[in-house]
Amino acid sequence: MTAATAHGAAVVEPAESPLTPESWGKLGMWIFLAGDAVGFGTLLAGYGAMRATSADWPNPYEVLGINLTAIMTFLLICSSVTMVKALEWLGKGDRRRAINFLLYTAAGGAIFVSLQAYEWTHLIHRGLLINGNPWGASLFGTSFFLVTGFHGLHVTAGVIYLVSMVRWVLNRPDPAASYNGVEILGLYWHFVDLVWIMVFTFLYLL
Amino acid sequence: MATAHAHPNYMKIFWWLAALTVVELIVVFLPFGKLTNGTLLCALALGKAALVAAFFMHLRFETKTLTWIAFTPLAIATLLIFVLMPDGFAVAKKTQAASAPAAVAPAKH
Repeated sequence: MTAATAHGAAVVEPAESPLTPESWGKLGMWIFLAGDAVGFGTLLAGYGAMRATSADWPNPYEVLGINLTAIMTFLLICSSVTMVKALEWLGKGDRRRAINFLLYTAAGGAIFVSLQAYEWTHLIHRGLLINGNPWGASLFGTSFFLVTGFHGLHVTAGVIYLVSMVRWVLNRPDPAASYNGVEILGLYWHFVDLVWIMVFTFLYLL
Repeated sequence: MATAHAHPNYMKIFWWLAALTVVELIVVFLPFGKLTNGTLLCALALGKAALVAAFFMHLRFETKTLTWIAFTPLAIATLLIFVLMPDGFAVAKKTQAASAPAAVAPAKH
């Protein structure tokens, strides 16, 4: 087959350059993330449409409060940094430091989800429910829980993904052998951070 | 092979993201009105998202095709906003008509 390519098709019509020479997995993750982003984009566009057509939409940052959420945003940004540091150490061949940073990242995600659980409990006690609230349009609660819940689910999945990848890296004695896998994991984790930047702006700040 | 592309200065990106978040929190309380504040906040959010995608997700150092893949959902979401707009206008018109009884007077033949 190689001979045929070399003598035939490749000469007449050069083969397409590979999208990601290092890994098809990276392309796969990007395509998955694009699909996932359409899901989040649809949720946020729907949120905008519901809010624009509502006469009594509550003022989000007065109802939800943004102090805790600002800390959560900062936490996710920090966890993105520990994620890139993990990959950097793996690239330098230091598996132990890389694993430490992967665990810091997982801890950041776990704290984020815990803070979100605390925030939800607090808001539910104040009367924000999925089907109504004391401040105005009932869809406010519906969309809030739907969007932040969908994102929280992604963070939870990310923490599980991170912890299972720690095992995966440990099973490979050569750090270079796990570089691609950890880079793909990083793509997912940064995507979760990126989506939170949008969610924080649209649901809390606007 | 492991260090196929050079690592950018991640701490610099981190400080940018942190600073832009602080700017966002300040913009919320600026007295420029909903439209100006909203536009500013959207621009800041897109800027932060672009920083994460370009540097943390290495898009700047990858082949252009991955950037196109990343832009597709943004284009679809933007289109969706325009698709939903007529619906929004229709509801707004209906609410206005309901609050002004004279407008709903004509009978059907």
